Order: sequence, then C-alpha cells, then structure tokens
Amino acid sequence: MFTTKAFIKKSKIGHFLKNVREHYIRDDIFCGVPSCETCHPVESHLSSTYKNVCCLFKYNHYLILDTNVILDQMDVLDEPILENIIILHTVLKEVKHRSLPIYKRLQSIIDNPSRHFYVFTNDHHKDTYVKQDDKELINDYNDRLIRKSCSWYMKHLPGEIFVLLSNDAKNRAIALAEGIPTLTIKDYIESVKDNSVLLDKLAKKDIHVETYTKDIFPPHLSNVELLTGVKNGKLHQGTFRASKDNFLEGFVNVDSLEDPVLVQGRSGLNRAVNGDIVVVEIFDKKEWVSPSDIVLEDEGVAEEGIDEIELKERELKRSKKIKEEIKPTGKVVGIIRRKWRQYCGILQGGMDGVYQLFVPSDRSIPKIRIETRQADFLRTQKLIVTIDSWPRHSRYPHGHFVRALGKIGDQTTENEVVLLEHDVPHSQFSEEVLACLPKLPWIITEKDVKKRVDIRHLDICSVDPPGCTDIDDALHCRPIGNDGFEVGVHIADVAHFIRPGTAIDKEAASRATTVYLVNKRIDMVPELLSSNLCSLRGGEERFAFSCVWEMDANANILNTRFHKSIIKSKASFTYEEAQMTIDDKSKNDPIAMSLRGLNKLAKILKKRRLENGALVLASPEVKIHMDSETMEPLDVEVKKLFETNSMVEEFMLLANISVAEKILDEFPECAMLRRHPTPPSTNFDPLIKAGRHLGLDINVECGKNLAQSLDEATKPENPYLNTMLRILATRCMLQAVYFASGTLQKEEYYHYGLAVPLYTHFTSPIRRYADIIVHRLLAVTCGADSTYPDLLDKQKSTELCQNLNYRNRMAQYAGRASVAFNTHLFFKGKLQDEEGYVLHIRKNALQILIPKYGLECTLYLAKKGESSNIFEYNEEEQSQKAGNITLHAFDPVKVRLSLDSNNIQHEKFVLQLVSPYIEGFSVQPLGESMEVDPDKPASEKKRKSKSESHVKNKKKN
Amino acid sequence: MSKNKELISKIGLRLDGRRANELRRIRCKLGVFTEPDGSAYIEQGLTKVLAAVYGPHEVRGGRSKAQHNSAIINCQFSMAVFSTTERKKRPRGDRKSTELSMHLQQALEAAIKSELYPFCQIDVYVEVLHADGGIYPACVNAATLALIDAGIPLKEYVCACTASLANNDIPMLDISHQEEVLGGPTLTVAALPMSGKIVLMEMSQRFHLDHLDKVLEKALQGCKDIKEILDNAVRLHVTDIGSSTGWANTKH
Repeated sequence: MFTTKAFIKKSKIGHFLKNVREHYIRDDIFCGVPSCETCHPVESHLSSTYKNVCCLFKYNHYLILDTNVILDQMDVLDEPILENIIILHTVLKEVKHRSLPIYKRLQSIIDNPSRHFYVFTNDHHKDTYVKQDDKELINDYNDRLIRKSCSWYMKHLPGEIFVLLSNDAKNRAIALAEGIPTLTIKDYIESVKDNSVLLDKLAKKDIHVETYTKDIFPPHLSNVELLTGVKNGKLHQGTFRASKDNFLEGFVNVDSLEDPVLVQGRSGLNRAVNGDIVVVEIFDKKEWVSPSDIVLEDEGVAEEGIDEIELKERELKRSKKIKEEIKPTGKVVGIIRRKWRQYCGILQGGMDGVYQLFVPSDRSIPKIRIETRQADFLRTQKLIVTIDSWPRHSRYPHGHFVRALGKIGDQTTENEVVLLEHDVPHSQFSEEVLACLPKLPWIITEKDVKKRVDIRHLDICSVDPPGCTDIDDALHCRPIGNDGFEVGVHIADVAHFIRPGTAIDKEAASRATTVYLVNKRIDMVPELLSSNLCSLRGGEERFAFSCVWEMDANANILNTRFHKSIIKSKASFTYEEAQMTIDDKSKNDPIAMSLRGLNKLAKILKKRRLENGALVLASPEVKIHMDSETMEPLDVEVKKLFETNSMVEEFMLLANISVAEKILDEFPECAMLRRHPTPPSTNFDPLIKAGRHLGLDINVECGKNLAQSLDEATKPENPYLNTMLRILATRCMLQAVYFASGTLQKEEYYHYGLAVPLYTHFTSPIRRYADIIVHRLLAVTCGADSTYPDLLDKQKSTELCQNLNYRNRMAQYAGRASVAFNTHLFFKGKLQDEEGYVLHIRKNALQILIPKYGLECTLYLAKKGESSNIFEYNEEEQSQKAGNITLHAFDPVKVRLSLDSNNIQHEKFVLQLVSPYIEGFSVQPLGESMEVDPDKPASEKKRKSKSESHVKNKKKN
Repeated sequence: MSKNKELISKIGLRLDGRRANELRRIRCKLGVFTEPDGSAYIEQGLTKVLAAVYGPHEVRGGRSKAQHNSAIINCQFSMAVFSTTERKKRPRGDRKSTELSMHLQQALEAAIKSELYPFCQIDVYVEVLHADGGIYPACVNAATLALIDAGIPLKEYVCACTASLANNDIPMLDISHQEEVLGGPTLTVAALPMSGKIVLMEMSQRFHLDHLDKVLEKALQGCKDIKEILDNAVRLHVTDIGSSTGWANTKH
C-alpha cells in the first residue's frame, strides 16, 4: 500500500548526538500546474487563466521563490500583484525555521485561493529529492534542492515558463549556468507593469554603504561573543524597553537581576528598538547613574546629521545624579533578536526627495527612514511602515512603506490606528463564522423548553448603562419563607449559540473580548448574537444561565443553585431609571419591590466585602457625548455613579465568586479563574512617599490595612485628596489575570483587589470569551452540557488564558487611547481654565490631574532643556518653590488648557498656570472659557501645518 | 498551539513523508539464529528488534513454579546500550525493561496455546538493537514471528501497533520517535487481529475520551496491516525452507 524507499538523514544536535531519521520518498506528489496532463489533478490554487505580466518574459510564467526573497520581501508578496507562485517545501521549512511571523503570513497567503499559490513537497518527491553531500552546508544544500526542483518543473512541463527569484547572487549564477531563468526580485519588479506600489514596498536590505560617512553607532559584537559573554556572566541578556519621554534612555529588564539596567545615550542604546532582546554590558559601580528626570524628544530632521543628538547627549550627562536612585547602568553591546513589527505613524513634514522620515505614533519607537515616490500623498495619510535594517552609519533605522490607512485626523482613520496599534482583530466576520449563526426567525422549540427551567413568569429586569445593546445580565429578587429572599442572577446563555470548535468559537477565542472605542464597538461575536439573540432585552424570551441563591435578611447565602433557564425580562432599565424606580415611594409594583430588595441586600453585601478588606480604587473615567450626526464629541464628563451601579456590581461579584467555587470544586485542574496578584511592597513606594509628605501614614502591609488607611486619609481642606490617593494606589496594583487552576498553587488564586480567595468571570459572556469557557464548565457541572477535549486540557487552557490576558490588556489600552483622541478632538481650538490638582512633582515639570475631564497632563516649568530660573526644585520635600509660593503634591491649582497641534500625531495639551499666580510664569485668568475660531490664525498659538487646518475646515463644513 | 508542533502538514504528509494511515517500512526475517528453537528479526522503520524463543522445555529452577495446566511463559526484554542516541547505562533490569517484559508476557499469553504444555516453560528473549519509537509493538511482532519459527502453537498472530493524534485532530499510525517527542499521548495496542480481540492497551498520558474511539480504530487497523505483512513473511520463509528440502517442488 505504499511505495517508499527509505533514505536516511543525519543531523547533529547539542552534544553531537547522532540522530537518524527516516525520510520517505514518494511517487504520489504532483506538480499542481493545471495544464499538466501527466500528473493527477490535485487541489491546487495555481491558475491557468491568471497571468503574471512582466516585460522580461513574453508569456505567462510561474514564479519559484528562494527563501531569502520571502524573508526579506514579505510585504511585496502581500500585494496581490505577484501570483501563480510555487512555494517549495524546502523553502517553507526554512522560512518557518527562520521567522515564525513571516511563516504565518505566508501560510495565510497560501491558503487564499485567489492568490494562486501552490506548495510543492519537493523533498519527498522521487525526482526532486537529492541527498545532502558530506561536507555540503545546509544553505548550499537547500539552494541545490531549489534548483533541482526548478529544472524538474522545466523538464516536466516544457510548455510553461518557470522563473526562479532569488536574492542570492551565488545561487543565481549557478542557476543561470544550469539554464534556469532567474532574476532578483528587484529586477523582476522593476519590469512588472504598474509597479509603483511594489517598488515602495521593496525592503532595502542592501543599501550601499557610502564609505565617507562616519559611523554613528559602535558595532555590535558577534553572536558567538555575545553567547560566550552571557554564559560566563560578563554580559546580560534582557528585553529592551525604551523610555517614552526620553528618546536617549531606556531600560533592559534582565531576568537574573533585580533592577532593570539603565542604558543612556546613543552608544548606550546602540540601535536597540523597544522590545528587542538585547545583550548589555554593565559598567563599574562608580559609573552608575540615576535615570534622568528630564523629557527629551527627538527633533532631528536632517538626513544623517548627528549634531543635535550630541547636544542632547551632553544635556543628558549634565542632569544631576541622585544618590538613592542610582541604577545599574550599562550599554547595549549586541542584539539577540529583533522584535520589529509594523508601526503606525505619519511622515515628518519638510523634506523633499524620495527619502522621508517616518514618525511612529508609539513614542518608544525611533523615527524610521523610508524611501517613497509618493511622499506628497503620504504626508496627508496615516501609514504603516516596517523596519528592515539599522546600519551603523545611519542615524535612523531604514524601513519601507507597507500601506496607508487614511487621512490624518479622520475618525475612521484614528480608530483604525488605535485598533492596529493595539493589535485588535477588527476585520469583518468571515462567511464561515456567519454561517454558524442560527437562522432567523429564531424560535424556542419544545426541546429547548424541556432542557431548561422555565422561569418566564418571574419578574426579572436588567440594569445597564444607557445605550447598551449587549445586555448580558438580568436580576430578580422575591421574598420566600420567613423573611428570606430568593435572588437570581441571569446571564445570557451565549455558550448555547457558540459551540466549541466551530469557526465562530475560534474567532471569538481569538478576539477574546469586545473592544469599546468611544464611537465604535468591535464585537467579539457577530451582532445578531451580541445585540439580539443573546441580549436579555426587556419583553423578549431569551435563554439564560441562572445562578439562584436563597438568602436570609442579612444576605447570608443559605443555598446556591445553577441551571439553564428561559427568562422573559420585564424591563431593561438604565442605572438612572432603576435608581428613580427605587427612590419613587409611590411605585409598588413587583419590579420596584424586587429592585428595592436587591438594593437592600447589595448594601449589606458591600459593607461586608469592604470590611473584609476589599479595596475601593479610583481611576478617572470619563464619558464622551457624541453628536450622533457628525460624530464629533460634544462634551466630556466624568461618569456619574448611582447606587444601582454598585447594586448590580455586588450581585455580579457574588455570582462570579459562587461560580468560581463551583467550577474549581468540579474541575480542580482546569477551571478558568481570575486572580489579582498581591503587588510587591516596592510597588507602593510612590504612594507611601506621597502620603508621608502629607503627614499621612499609609499602611500597605495587607489589603485590609491599605483599605483602612485609604479610608482614613482625608483632609477637610482638600476633599479631592482621598480620590487622588486612590488613583495613586490603583497605579501600584498589578494586572488581574486569567489562569487555569491546575497551573498554580491554591494560595496564588487570591484576588487582592476584591479580597476574595476565588474569583472568575461569569457574568459577561457576550463581551468576554473567558465567561463563555466558564459557562461551559458550569454547564458540565450541572449536567446541561458535555465536555470536549480542549476544555479539560490544562495546556490548552493556559494558552487560551495567555491570549485572553493579552487581548484584554490591549483592549483596555485601545479604549483609553480612543478616549484620549476624542478628548483631544473636543479641545481642538478651545482655551479653558480648569481646576486641577498636582499629582507629581518633577524636576522640570508638574504632573496635573484635571478631574473634570479625567485628564492627566504635564505642566512644564521651564523650556525644554533649560532649567527654570523661577522655580526651585526641592528634592527632599518634593516641592517646587517660586518666591513665597511653594507647590506640593496634591495641591489644588488652576490651569489654562489648550491643545498643541504642532505635532499632528501627538497632539498634546499645553497647560499654563493660572492660580496660584506666579510673576513671570502664570497667565491671567480668562473671563470665561471661550471658543477660538480656528479660521483666525492670529488667535492660534503657533503655526499649524497645512494638512491639519485642512482637516478642520472640512469638519466645519 | 505553539508547543504541539504541526505533525501533519497541510498537504497531508508527516514529518518523515508518510501519510497519516501509513505504517513505516517493515522488513522481517525468521530463523536468524540456529541455537534457539525459534528466532526472528524485525525492522519497523529504524526500530530494529531481535527475538529468540527457547522451549517448551522443563521448568528450570525448582519445580515449585511449574503449573499443572499450562506452560509458564517467561519473557525478558532488553535494550542494547547502543540502541538510543545517548548510550544506555543498564541494558536490562531497570523499571522500564521490567514493565515491558511483563506487558510482553501478557500479550503472548493471550496468543500461545499454553494449555498444551503443562509443567513446561517457554522463554522469550527480545533485544532492541535500535530504538526509534514503537519499541513495544516491534517486540511483540518479533516475538510472534519467533514463536512461529519455533513451531509453538498459537491461536493466531498477535500484533501490536501505536497510534496517536496529530494536530489534536487527525489520528495517525505507527508513531516514530520524533513524533513521540513532539506529539501528544501515544496509545499502544496489542491485538489478535483476525478475531479483533485486544489483548493489551496502554497509554501513560491523558487525552480526552472523545478521541479514544478513532485512535483505537486506527491502531487496530494498523495491527491488521502488520498481520498481513508478517503473514507474507512467514509464508515466504516456509516456502524457502520447503524448497531447500525439495518439498516445494513436489507440490506442483
């Protein structure tokens, strides 16, 4: 049943072990070319109708790529211009070995039938397999395999033309000698019709080095030197994290060292880019310095000038060394692995010619030099650029243009940027996913009713923020027995519609969470489910997963049960409406009674929870009112909180805790739980320090003590102080994460913020994938569903958790970025005086918090690079003194707020001090906030770039 | 997903070029030694095993062990020190060897008509010359051939095979060492392929019960395929011996 010849492949690994592996050569592998008559027709995307057009070849031809072409020029391949490409298995394997991300991109192109790619398994084919010679290097061997396949194809199909694309000169030379038509990708593309898009995307790896240019950076050590250095402890390997404020500074997190290693200056950073895995050399102790507290921005415009950078380096050196904050200091001597990805940003204006400077929107990434022929167009666009290389003689890394996203300043473009920068999957749901949806009209069948508890008669209602369409929770409460209550939390049964292993399940798992931007929601599941079939809308019959407690009047749980149910929500309230219903004494219908009962119990629960040491943290959250037509922000305000907010929250917490206990009990190895690690005590240093300056003692020994000290930390003259301390405390916390219970010790399950030993997410399956998994686990425990392999696989669960954690974090950042952008939009052209508080004191700046807008901005006390002659910085007391006015942390101030749009990409708020009034620094208060007409340049603070005012004018229209 | 490497490529080929339902190449030979009563050599891919059978003979080492209604089957498993990439320290007697000996004994007891030889003993020695995954199945198959060579009555062939899951989805047959290391749990099955009885089933890792059926079915199919190959080899061997005595010629 099989015709194979056994060949033997030898490979040596590690301690020079001889590994012998079988290698079967087959005769049932086919060429995949549709015009071939000798081979069996196989599933192949190659097309006889599609034609590659290149003026070097008269006819249609097939392309065979060398590995280096794929690795270096993936962006060119992404363009649907080059098609009918044969990928050899040898090449595919090599690509996978060299770079997994590129391999994945290549795979997705191969899978796309419209791109006409075909994988030919040349190394198992009887005619194209060749044995590796004894002393032949693997690269030469692979090249030989590629050439062998090319000549086989030519012999196999004399009527067709096959072209080998390779960037390896040696390989090309031999191929030509063997009669195989071969070209470099550059030569090929230059003769392709309509090539301008492709030319921009060509990676510039082989930039000719001009001999007269001075080397700006010291050389990197060779790989061997790095590895031996790391091995014998002289050098250290770690991840490089660039500073966002200072482009000449960064840290390297080394696993073996407690403190991150500080690297400073051009030679210290030595071409490391944020995220790279680098090797550092640590200096002698006496050369260690403290991180500078000045803010430096890269302002370079010239091609390769380094004068300005040298100036800034000197400035960096000048900054004082603070004894206590001295950190291990070193320099980057080599880079193990680049973590370059694609970056969003814009072109820096004011340059002519094909070489342009690209400014990434992520401030921890350096500017990138790209070559483009469409600079004029691109200057108005947000674009994506990727880095190719960073040679020693170049001040900036070299990269190439990938694609344009849209006009700068457009809402849609900005949303796209936010989503891309945070790696949020936001493409339309595929046909395959949509095919998994239930057919409309959706009706509840007899069978469904049989399997579920019918509680349509209960007075269930939902309470959500206004405008919420994905309602995943509803509540009820009714008195039972002697002064007891039955309380039910009913959660949308999303798991009923999303069956494990289906396309929709995989998509949801990959998206992990719904992402909320200010004016856009990126759903985790298609809208039909999220806003209709799963959403527990008022008056509609819906499937739910219910968690029902019997409680006594003191909110002690007597009994808990879980079951799938059918409910009919009587009403969906907003928080405000619910609050009004509760407060309105005249209303005595069952719903109002139910809400009042819930509210009463929730208060008891909350009190108990806080007594147990749950933290009340604060972070300024704002709501942006949008004009529904123009999608322009109308007003920004801090979210209002009602009693009902905390009522719903309490019961959700309770449900989550009950479910966590249940599933852990049933699945000790693979329950998906959520933990919030106790932060290390050093995290609290800023909080303790801030407290001490105020004469407050903040006890951070345990969560309970912290909660207590935060409660006590109030000062009558500054009512906002407590909130600020809570904001600071929030920043000391670690992220809460999902995990599979089998992977950690029981003590580590603890949720620090909520002060509960067990916690999970159960209550929002429409917008979080973790909840779906928890629903499935819980369904198994109550016999409503069966398990499937991946659900019980600890390994799989852990991988899933990692993805969920990553996506959640990114979704959070994306949400914040979106709010920030819209706040900026709101303030465009406005000048306003606002109340604020000093959050931090820095050497040359004050960090100001404006509660009204939830903004945190920097008030510079001096021009960049200059030290202030008005203010006197007191390191010990953390204060800035000017004349007889001293500013401490937490002091209330009044500031004037305006938006500096000089840098379109990083529009930032400019603050000016209004009160306390300091001669020569503060500005006179405005009569009242006034609008600045954007069309009058006189009132504008500084010159504006052309494109930006253009955007504005368009908006006005 | 990153850890479980792709064991079957999109084109449907495994790392060594086989398809999911293909066995490795099997080559075998009966009667490789003259001293024992029966002997055999088998190669399954790169796994190479020698088996020798002595007996039935009188029970050695005191008659107390002897059983009045059946023969004692004594199996000894050993691995040559050079059989693995790193040289083994103890060729026999370690835990793994003892366990495999017992498993082997269990499989053989199910096939040998031991009731024909009361108060007797049959010794089966197997030696792994090269280990490249699927040691146990190779040993069972080699022992079967050696028993046949020794002329010991068997109910039927006893064959063994491994199966596993590739990419957590596709069942695949006859796991090589490379796949054992990279892949998930491996199910070993020893069966009487003609009657379809399973005499031994072993798996030391876990997978979900849903997978068991398809993997088991695959493994049983593998046992049947192996039986065909062994049967051919036996017939060829018998013809060879027969023709050297002139017996084959008389047939026609």
